[in-house]
Amino acid sequence: MAKIVLENLAHAYGENPQEESDYALKRINYVWNDGEACALLGPSGCGKTTLLNIISGLLEPSEGRVFFDDTDVTHVPTQDKNIAQVFQFPVVYDTMTVAENLAFPLANRGFDKALIKPRVEEILDLLDLRNMANVKAKGLTADQKQKISLGRGLVRQDVNAVLFDEPLTVIDPLMKWELRSQLRALQKKVGQTMIYVTHDQIEALTFADRIAVMLDGAILQFGTPKELFERPSHTFVGYFIGSPGMNFFPCLIKDMQVTVMEQKIQLPASYGQPAGKLELGIRPEFVSLHERSDQPDGIAAVVESVEHLGRNKIVRLTNGEFKFNALLSERTSIPKDPVALFDSNHICVYQDSFILEGEV
Amino acid sequence: MNKTWNNKAWLMVIPVVLLVAFSAIIPLMTVVNYAFQDTFGNNVFYWVGIEWFEDLMQSDRFFDALQRNILFSGIILAIEVPLGIMIALSLPKSGWKVNVYLVLMALPLLIPWNVVGTIWQVFSRTDIGLLGNTLVSMGFDYNYTRDVLDAWITIVAMDVWHWTSLVALLAYSGLVAIPEAYFQAARIDGASKWATFRYIQLPKMRGVLTIAILLRFMDSFKIYTEPMVLTGGGPGNSTTFMSIDLVKMAIGQFDVGPAAAMSLVYFMIILLICYAFFTVVTNMDKSDTKNGGES
Amino acid sequence: MSQIGFSLKPKQAFAWSSLVPIVYIILLMVPLYWLLNTSFKTNQEILGAFTMWPQNFTWDNYLTIFSEPVWRAGYINSVIYVVLNTFICLLVALPAAYAFSRYNFLGDKHLFFWLLTNRMAPSAVFVLPFFQLYSSVGLIDTHIAVAIAHTLFNLPLAVWILEGFMSGIPREVDETAYIDGYSFPKFFVRIFMPLIKSGIGVAAFFCFMFSWVELLIARTLTIIDAKPISAVLTRTVTGEGVDWGLIAAAGILTIVPGALVIYFVRNYIAKGFALGRV
Repeated sequence: MAKIVLENLAHAYGENPQEESDYALKRINYVWNDGEACALLGPSGCGKTTLLNIISGLLEPSEGRVFFDDTDVTHVPTQDKNIAQVFQFPVVYDTMTVAENLAFPLANRGFDKALIKPRVEEILDLLDLRNMANVKAKGLTADQKQKISLGRGLVRQDVNAVLFDEPLTVIDPLMKWELRSQLRALQKKVGQTMIYVTHDQIEALTFADRIAVMLDGAILQFGTPKELFERPSHTFVGYFIGSPGMNFFPCLIKDMQVTVMEQKIQLPASYGQPAGKLELGIRPEFVSLHERSDQPDGIAAVVESVEHLGRNKIVRLTNGEFKFNALLSERTSIPKDPVALFDSNHICVYQDSFILEGEV
Repeated sequence: MNKTWNNKAWLMVIPVVLLVAFSAIIPLMTVVNYAFQDTFGNNVFYWVGIEWFEDLMQSDRFFDALQRNILFSGIILAIEVPLGIMIALSLPKSGWKVNVYLVLMALPLLIPWNVVGTIWQVFSRTDIGLLGNTLVSMGFDYNYTRDVLDAWITIVAMDVWHWTSLVALLAYSGLVAIPEAYFQAARIDGASKWATFRYIQLPKMRGVLTIAILLRFMDSFKIYTEPMVLTGGGPGNSTTFMSIDLVKMAIGQFDVGPAAAMSLVYFMIILLICYAFFTVVTNMDKSDTKNGGES
Repeated sequence: MSQIGFSLKPKQAFAWSSLVPIVYIILLMVPLYWLLNTSFKTNQEILGAFTMWPQNFTWDNYLTIFSEPVWRAGYINSVIYVVLNTFICLLVALPAAYAFSRYNFLGDKHLFFWLLTNRMAPSAVFVLPFFQLYSSVGLIDTHIAVAIAHTLFNLPLAVWILEGFMSGIPREVDETAYIDGYSFPKFFVRIFMPLIKSGIGVAAFFCFMFSWVELLIARTLTIIDAKPISAVLTRTVTGEGVDWGLIAAAGILTIVPGALVIYFVRNYIAKGFALGRV
């Protein structure tokens, strides 16, 4: 188990990177704690797989360094790096049984048979695969195979970290649920540093202690699910996290007052007079609807459609110029002549897409 | 693929059936006919039952030819399959070089079979051939027209030269289909090159290798033209394979009865071995996939 | 470039295995070179001296071939029946492969297996029966006879290859076309065939290959009019002995069409092979 440190890490696939856009991975400086469960979350092409491959050693970064604890492992070849990786689709050795699969990484490194057997059994129990120990790996289901892949990673006691590259991609939806919870439980039990790459926010939010949201090769924010939810540091994070994502409106700001859609709202902090592209972000969870007669200062809106989700419903609104969403409890009724109010404690202000911190 | 049951599909299949029936069933009927009859000449035939088959089973000539075929097929399979795999493993996965290699490797496959024989004649003769002349001048007593061992070595070399590319191309197609993730996992697991070959590449090539082995077995067991051109079946009888013998009987000596009987037995042997091999491989596949698991 | 089986690693030790394909190809080319060499020599030089390249370079052998009608006719005959055969095979195999790919019907598995068994039949078995059969319908010494005779082993292969490629196209494509109002022939030609064109290319390549190289049946069924080039080659034994220069030149000329075909389909070869179904 190890602490992972990324120092000035960047990567360009081409020969002579000149501009920002030539870099698949832009300057990164981060520390992942020992035993932490982290997720790399982002859309396709954001660089998360590149970052993962650099950590695992399948790719060497063009700039910067990677440390496991205090050792510089940037140029160490994969097999000596002591990491384990679980891929998008299950990789198992078809001709071997489950037990032989798990023993493989140890056998290759010349461990004594007497040492291998108990270790394999330990992992079999951990993964609940005891009764499949002597079954040929070829005929198993996808989720069982992914567990075997994970097992091959865990079987080595000197593993620094376990990396997951969108491991639930080929698992069918029912098993996804199960496997997700099992992975989380396993991580807590084993206390292994694990890094989980995905484009699915639910997977990330379920699995990780902290999540790095990535876009275009940069880590936009690295924080706990709560932090990402309540104070997204970039408009993309606000938009990407949450279902539906954050609402954004262009606005004007002066000190403690923000003007959006011709309504003035008082804020709990002062922002001075910022320049640039200003946006107000508010999550649908913090948008409430009232009758105009009760709240004449609210933002007038027309309901376009309502999606019922069981306990909640998404109300899609428009004020003529801007569309936005509100998330209401199923028990709350929708006003006939609705106006929207934003909870000012949960308003986030963005300047050129990055969050602006106010002074209280 | 979810296939639907539709007997009207027979309409689409009829042209193929007709053509192949014309090309296969009618001639085979003729052969079967001849196999059970004898003639007084002048196209008058009479039934002799299984007499020709009995003769065949006691014929030294037949069994000698059969042995030669079995030996030959065994040798070339033992050489061409590992060699083809080895070459496929050494080819790059992509890039401009691959196209050049593939094209050049495919060249021997497109040479008319008698030209293959001619090429090796011109190459191996001691008077005009590069190989023949060089071997003799190095002190070897090489002459494929007179020495049985030399003839066999030359024919085997010719076949390896001719057909190894087929195995290599098929094996290559199987190898490029293996997703990169498998090799990455192998590296992470610390697997050696040999372990990677044994546990990943070889199992994944099973399909294409089956095709390659079947094709090579069938074609080598039926071989006619190349050895016919090179050695004419000689020296003596030493390279007279079953096809060569059969043609001699049928066209040369016009012994239609024995020829027909031999034809049927010959065909049966190939069918049986192919069927057996095919069944074994399919069963291997089945036993790996259990209870609705994925393969 | 990366070797099969190993990811791109910037620092890679020199791989001796990259020499293997080069050595192999050199070995393949040596006998071919020797043939080429021989074809440019006079018979005196061939039999008299032993030289690595022609001392007295001559075009004579090639000139003889191009000028004598027998040789020219030989090439043309070969090309005709091979093209005929490829055309017939594709024409007939396409619907059949479609049927095998999309439908279950009575006896389908047995039919498929029976088709494959024809590939296993030794040509020698068919020599006499073919001769009698085609004589009786008066088709001896015609191109069409050889073209049809060759379908014996080419059709099963074409059906097998095409079925493989077709199975890679989901049925939804067919169904969408019907919903859009396409009749079956129109759907097949306009939509389906372009989707499997690399499969058609691979099938056509193999039909061409096996028909072009086959000698026994082609020689049996032809006498003069449709005699293929490979059979003409056997007519080079004159009173003075074997005309090696001429044989060599003729041999080289039979390789050329094959080489051209490979060159033109080289991209299909790579793609078709990559689909794993050859």
